This record gives sequence, C-alpha cells and structure tokens, in this order.
Amino acid sequence: MIDKPMPQEQIRVVDLTTGYRNSKGDKEVTTKLTASLYAGELTCLLGPNGAGKSTLLRTLAGFQKPLSGSIEITGKNIMDFRGKELSRTIGVVLTEKPLLENMDVETLVGLGRAPYTDFWGRFSKEDREAVDKSLAMIGIESLRHRMVQSLSDGERQKVMIAKAFAQETPVIFLDEPTAFLDYPSKVEILLLLYNLAHSMEKTIFLSTHDLDMALQLTDRVWLMDKKLGVRTGTHRELTESGDLERYFQRPGIRFDKETGLFKIDRDCRQGDFGLSPSAQS
Amino acid sequence: MRFIILAILTGALFLLNLFVGSVDIPAGEVADILFNGADPDGPLRFIVINSRLPQAITAVLAGAALTVSGLMLQTAFRNPLAGPSILGITSGSSLGVAFVILFLGGSVSAAGYSWGGYMAILIGSFVGSVAIMGLLLLFSMWLKNDLMLLIAGIMVGYLTSSVITLLNYLSTAEGVHGYAMWGMGNFNGVALGQIPIFAIAISAGLILSILMVKPLNIILLGENYALNLGIRMQWVRNMLLVTTGILTSVVTAFCGPISFIGLAVPHIVRMIFRVSDHRVIIPGCILTGGLVGLVCNLLCVLPENIVLPLNGVTPLIGVPVILYVIFKERFRKR
Repeated sequence: MIDKPMPQEQIRVVDLTTGYRNSKGDKEVTTKLTASLYAGELTCLLGPNGAGKSTLLRTLAGFQKPLSGSIEITGKNIMDFRGKELSRTIGVVLTEKPLLENMDVETLVGLGRAPYTDFWGRFSKEDREAVDKSLAMIGIESLRHRMVQSLSDGERQKVMIAKAFAQETPVIFLDEPTAFLDYPSKVEILLLLYNLAHSMEKTIFLSTHDLDMALQLTDRVWLMDKKLGVRTGTHRELTESGDLERYFQRPGIRFDKETGLFKIDRDCRQGDFGLSPSAQS
Repeated sequence: MRFIILAILTGALFLLNLFVGSVDIPAGEVADILFNGADPDGPLRFIVINSRLPQAITAVLAGAALTVSGLMLQTAFRNPLAGPSILGITSGSSLGVAFVILFLGGSVSAAGYSWGGYMAILIGSFVGSVAIMGLLLLFSMWLKNDLMLLIAGIMVGYLTSSVITLLNYLSTAEGVHGYAMWGMGNFNGVALGQIPIFAIAISAGLILSILMVKPLNIILLGENYALNLGIRMQWVRNMLLVTTGILTSVVTAFCGPISFIGLAVPHIVRMIFRVSDHRVIIPGCILTGGLVGLVCNLLCVLPENIVLPLNGVTPLIGVPVILYVIFKERFRKR
C-alpha cells in the first residue's frame, strides 16, 4: 500500500459553489467545495436525495456555470474549454432516457464519436475502430445489431457506458448509473466501471444510492449532505474519521466499524411483538 | 433500393396527376399537349399546363416540406406525436395570414394577390409560425413531460383559432368566405408564374434541414447528451426555428393550414426505412412527403367536376397511421 505511487490528479475543484442564479439572487446548493478526482480511480458521490449530487455533476460536466470558485481539468479552467475540446475531455452517462425508435446499439455507441466526425457525421477508420473497441471492452459485442428499445435496463445502461467510452475522454461522469437495475446488474455495472478506471487510467466519478455496494468497490468517496457539507477520502479514511457513520447513521441503520459498512438495526423491527399474540409460539 | 422505388412511384404519380383531373381529358391528348406542344392556345392545354402542372408541383413540394417540418419537430421535441398542425404552428401561420387577408382585404389566397399582397401574406405566415414555435421551445424548457407539451401546443392552437374567429366576426362577408376557402386547404393556390418563388423558398428550407442532419441525429439522445457531445443547443434551436418556420409558413400561406401530412408521414418513412439516421430519414421524408402530397391531390380531383378540399382527404391517410403508432407504443409497454 505504501509503495503505491500517488495517483495523478485529474480534476481539481477549488472553493466551488454550485447552484442557480436567478433574478431573486443566488440559490446555493453546495458551498466552498475543495476536492480532487484522480486518474485511474473510481470515485463515488454518496448522499441522500436533495443533497445536490446532480447539481454538482451538472456543474462539473460544464452544463451549468459555477456560482463561484473554479474547476480545473489537468490545470486548465473548465471555463476556458471550447465546446469540442470539452466534449473530448468529459463523457457523461445521464439519467434521462433517450427517445430511440429504430436505432441499433452500434449507431447509438457511434454517436459518442460526434466530437470527432465531420460535418455530416461520417465515420473514419478510427471512428469505426473506437466503436468496435468500446463494444468489446464493455462486453456487448453480441448486442451490436439489437434495437435499443428492445434492451433490458441493464443492457441499455451498458450501451450508454459504451457510448461514453467511444467518446475517448479521460474523464467520465455517471449520474446514478445503477438506479433501476436488479442486484446482479448493479454489481456488474460497478465492477465494470471499477475495472475500466484502473485498466484504462480513466477518471470515473459517479453518483449512486447503492451505499454498501459503492463502499466495497470504490477507490475514493465524496460524501454529501445538505447540513454537513462535503467530505472526501478513501473508504478507510472516512471510516476512521467517523464521517461515514455521521452521514448515514439513522434509527434503523447501524454502522459496523469492523467492515466499514452499514447494517439494518434488527432492534428496530416491530414484527416480533405486539402484532398478533396468537401467532407467537 | 427503397429510394429508387420511392422515386419511381413519385414520378409515376406526378404523371398521373397530369393525366387525371376533375375535367375529363383523354390520355392521348394530354400526352400530345405535354410532349408535342399540341393545342397551343386551346382550353385543354390551359388546363394541363396552367392548372394541373403547377398543382402537381405544389403537391410534391408542399408534401415534402410539411413532412420534413414534422420530422424535425418530432426530433426536436423528442415526441412522436409532434407535428406542425398539432403543435399549433400552422395555426400561428393561419393567424398571421388571417390578419393580412381579413384586414388588408382583397381576394382569397396568395395566388390572387399582387406582389406586395402576397409578400404580406408570406411574412404574416412566417411571423405567426415562428412566434408559436418560439413559444413552444420556451415551454419545452419547463415542461419536461411530452404529453404536457403537446397539450400546451393544442391549447395555443385553440387560442390562435379563437383570435381568428374574432377577426372573422369583425371582417366582411367576402373576407370570411375567402378565409374559409383558404382554410380548407388546397394545392391549386400557386399559379404557374409563382411556382419558381414557391420552389425556391421550399428548397431553401429543405436544404437547411439537410445541413442539420448531424445535430438532429445527436439531439435524439436528449439535450444534455447533445451538449456533452459538443452541440451548441441554442444555435440548433434557432436553426430549427427558422427551418420549420420557413417550411410550414410558405406552405400554409399558399395552400392553407394542411393537417396530418406533417404528423403522419414521418412515421410512414420510419416504417419504410427502419432507421433513425436523419441522413436517410430526411431524403426519405422529402420523397415520401412528395408522394403523399400527390396521392392527396389525386384523391381531391377524382370526383367528377368538383374538387374536394384537401383537409377532407389528409386525415384519411393520417389518422390510421397515427393510431397505428399509438397502439404499437401501447403494446410494447404492455
């Protein structure tokens, strides 16, 4: 562990305040955030609904301007990126479901090549190779000619990830990529992203509600809460500092310091007493 | 291959439109007039060259324009049930035209006007359609629900219709009759001499739409994905506004508010080609739209001695297609 070289800093966020600007003034969502994302690592953004995860992701992806502070990608401020340049730096997988009548998987993944193709969107040899490589990496070559509307939720999520990989960006952001998936598919997607981050030296940052799963499979965690603000660190660091416990402990949820994971507090069950005495024997 | 079949069919129907009409002219004579310049000053030549020919050309161009316009709206609003008439864009055009016809007076459609008169109608139509389209784009920023946006469009359509009704009430009987005739839709509103300007305006809109194939393909993924892929959404929106505005308003100014072609034909094209790539679908829409325009025109002139209003015919083709699309969607979701 000690010999492992320090990972390379890919994105540095300094004093970042996210939120919305309107005529009545600023509505701040996250204030004064300073943190970093590293190449070759999977980082998970965890926090309850309404903590501002989506707003933070939107801001980091350049969809909305920060209210103040800066986002630097390998030393260059995100505001200095021009459209094409940013689309070759950051790829995204979002929660919105595209309207994709009559589109096959290959075509959809190929849309990830848009920042590289010409005015008419025609493919060069490199574009075709990038799509093939991406389909192979994600392991969905067999889906190549399937229509997107016929895919399961898990398959479609993989296709959207393949689109982001075809974009060949050093950074990939994913907004709740495991939502609406069954348990095996959730694990499969997270494992896939973890492995790709490490094997391809990508900076992968995702938000999720699958707490236990994410904690077991992530290099670094950003904890987010409306009141408590943002804390970042490795799973071990956040366990030892007590932050993880503080952020998620509720009546009914118990933090297990041994494993650093959460358990359902069995003492909070009510089924064992009082409901129907005759059934107790 | 499918393109070739469509092109041959369109060509054949174009000829059929020259040979068949509400006035019975033997096929041999029509061929003589067309290819040998027979009957130079006769009434039959006048019917074929000055009536049927411009009508067939108008049907092709208007059908293509409305179909491409409908396709772009369906892609832009990511809604298979979007179309120029259902979203109230044709009503916006109608309102602009109503202002001009009912207040500036004069005869019925652009065809009967002086240069200044029909420029006024064109401009009124364009301003009306772009205003409604702009309003809908604004709505679409807040209304993320597809159905809500459609309903908002229909409401806007009703609102413009109510203004038109009030304008009618305040207008002269002549104006009202003229407006009513125009409102039924027809492909005979463009005189032979006006065909060049009509063709140039429609072609300009169609060329603009072809230039947008790449951004159109990408916005199928949704606005945020498109932004991430380097699409300047504001620019694309403005281009869509201008292009659909030109296509819809030029057709509406000359031919009246035509329903269903813009809504239904893009679905026919999707059924034929089974792809989503606009590089295929837009040329497909131009050909199929022209074809459907010709079919509708033919249906209008088939009855002897009378010409049916266009809007009496277009739903016959449009409604079954839309019902099919809705039911298909329903069965997929189970």
